[in-house]
Amino acid sequence: MGKTLFQKIWERHVVRELSDGSSLLYIDRHLVHEVTSPQAFEGLRLSGRNIRRPELTFATMDHNVPTTEDRMNIEDPVSRAQVEALRRNCEEFGVTLFDLEDSRQGIVHMIGPELGLTLPGTTIVCGDSHTSTHGAFGALAFGIGTSEVEHVLVTQSLGQRKPLTYKVEFSGRPGPGVFSKDFALKLIGTIGTAGGTGHVLEYGGEAIAALSMEARMSICNMSIEAGARAGMIAPDDTTYAYIASKDRPYAPAGEQLEKAIAFWKTLPSDDDATFDRALTIDAGRIAPQVTWGNNPGMVVDIDQPIPAPDQTAFYSRADVENALAYMGLAPGTFLTDVTVDVVFIGSCTNGRIEDLRLAAKVLKGRKKADHVQLLVVPGSQRVREQAEAEGLHDIFRAAGGEWRYAGCSMCLGMNPDQLKPRQRCASTSNRNFEGRQGKGGRTHLVSPQMAAAAAVEGKFVDIRKWLDR
Amino acid sequence: MEAFSTHTGIVATLNRSNVDTDQIIPKQFLKSIKRTGYGPNAFFDWRYTEDGSPDGDFELNAPRFAGRSILAVRNNFGCGSSREHAVWALLQDGYRVIVAPWKEINGERVPGFADIFRNNATRNGLLTVELSEKEVEHIFTEVTRNQGQTATVDLPSQQMTLLGPDPVVFEFDIDKGSKERLLEGLDDIALTLRHEADITRFESEHDPMMTVRR
Ligand code: SF4
Repeated sequence: MGKTLFQKIWERHVVRELSDGSSLLYIDRHLVHEVTSPQAFEGLRLSGRNIRRPELTFATMDHNVPTTEDRMNIEDPVSRAQVEALRRNCEEFGVTLFDLEDSRQGIVHMIGPELGLTLPGTTIVCGDSHTSTHGAFGALAFGIGTSEVEHVLVTQSLGQRKPLTYKVEFSGRPGPGVFSKDFALKLIGTIGTAGGTGHVLEYGGEAIAALSMEARMSICNMSIEAGARAGMIAPDDTTYAYIASKDRPYAPAGEQLEKAIAFWKTLPSDDDATFDRALTIDAGRIAPQVTWGNNPGMVVDIDQPIPAPDQTAFYSRADVENALAYMGLAPGTFLTDVTVDVVFIGSCTNGRIEDLRLAAKVLKGRKKADHVQLLVVPGSQRVREQAEAEGLHDIFRAAGGEWRYAGCSMCLGMNPDQLKPRQRCASTSNRNFEGRQGKGGRTHLVSPQMAAAAAVEGKFVDIRKWLDR
Repeated sequence: MEAFSTHTGIVATLNRSNVDTDQIIPKQFLKSIKRTGYGPNAFFDWRYTEDGSPDGDFELNAPRFAGRSILAVRNNFGCGSSREHAVWALLQDGYRVIVAPWKEINGERVPGFADIFRNNATRNGLLTVELSEKEVEHIFTEVTRNQGQTATVDLPSQQMTLLGPDPVVFEFDIDKGSKERLLEGLDDIALTLRHEADITRFESEHDPMMTVRR
């Protein structure tokens, strides 16, 4: 019987089977950031253990870092202490760190692919749930907790129970104004925020094959929001072209790349491989999505009203009532009638060059509404550089937006970029949890184009209507 | 980590599904580089009002839940961020057991806990018990009815018993690995290091980089 992409990678990385039925899995890349690692490094010190393969471990700082001009000066002493702890830890244990002044610094899930660390067929972990992003390259990549971070540092391996597999096929072609962010939100709206728990998703189908690597990363990124720890897409010519392009210092090149590609071509799921579950979504019927509640599954088509408490598939009346009370919204409301205060374009979901190009296309020659704060935060310094080379920053500034330095920023507001209580935000990030962007803040998840249009109009827009203009 | 064998305590209920780890421990507390001090900040945004006093509207602040150590919640507890701080906060706030229902959606069984949360819990000695929706509903009803409702959770026999004149017993499943780990309070790293020779052998045949450094 044929094997799935997941099975092929899994089998190549089993060090041994364990007596409890789980497997000890070898880890090829361990990515580290400042928030979830200090206790793991402290654990090493306390136990007198060392890092087994420091050359497979890479660190950056992203969550706490300011995104303004004087970002080297972290004012918040606690944030600063965390960033300094990472510096010390990397120094002491010999880990490569892409520090603030490094031109390669950025959100951990942005820089892996950019630097060629993220490669097909590899296993990648990071103490961060959005590690699923790297699956876009046909890697098995998943988020882990801090105890597991320490475990990987010491053993370069991790005991794991084998997850189930779930094939998610996007057939057809999406209409104008519909992007991979909408695919992800549609999927989560369809299967629920726990629908993928215990599974690895493999995305496929005509609509996925047509996506750029950037767009593939956006959808794999949000696999965790469907409950899945990992999402994957089989590598293909788009993947190889991305890896071969530009300056990717850690990726193979020349003859080595050719050898690697020959191997990567063996990875896609075999035709007769079977999955534990499967689902097909017609991409041609996906409308631009916008969330209305406090988890990414509370989502509607932009031209549909907010559902009544007893009209949702996955949520109890209490859940919906709580969410609507928090969001300051009523059932039956169309989001196109709802005004926004802040627009955030960025994060590891939509902080890539293609996202910024899409947003710039909408903002070009336009101005944001007066009452709106527009924040554009590239996901990495490389993206920032590229955007500036293309003049995108001028478009954002001319539209009245703030052009920032790389970091997680208002995706979770561990740095000073936060919503104030009751401020409403159209955000290209991945989580609309209560307080995620700032205590009392109200988050609506949308695609970059939808966010840009909301900035101009001062309320949500059905981007499809704009494209007709 | 602390081992878990059997535990008896007061049961508290939180009538919410999809409680994410951002709620269990909000971002501002993740800046700490320590493993301790999270307990008073568990559920911070729900638990306290603007001026820092306990919010009387938050279920878990009810005086009748004083001293609770078992928490019953709704489906998909611990979703979202991988932060292990959420588990540390719950343990340090006095919880030893979390009970959540699995759920059937479109004919598929949806687990009660998010994957990473569950792993983190197991690695820290916090027991996650998954029951059916009906059983968890029963717990909610009894806890509402009986002041100071207690329960015993016994890991070796995989049973949770609601105590009272007519005790009710629920059986729960747990995978072998997690059970052993919890019962013995094992240090995972030490366990894996027993297989170090296997890791070394694996490494001699495996090229993790597939790359040249330039
Ligand atoms: S951008 Fe947001 S989701 Fe991504 S790593 Fe940063 S905080 Fe996490």
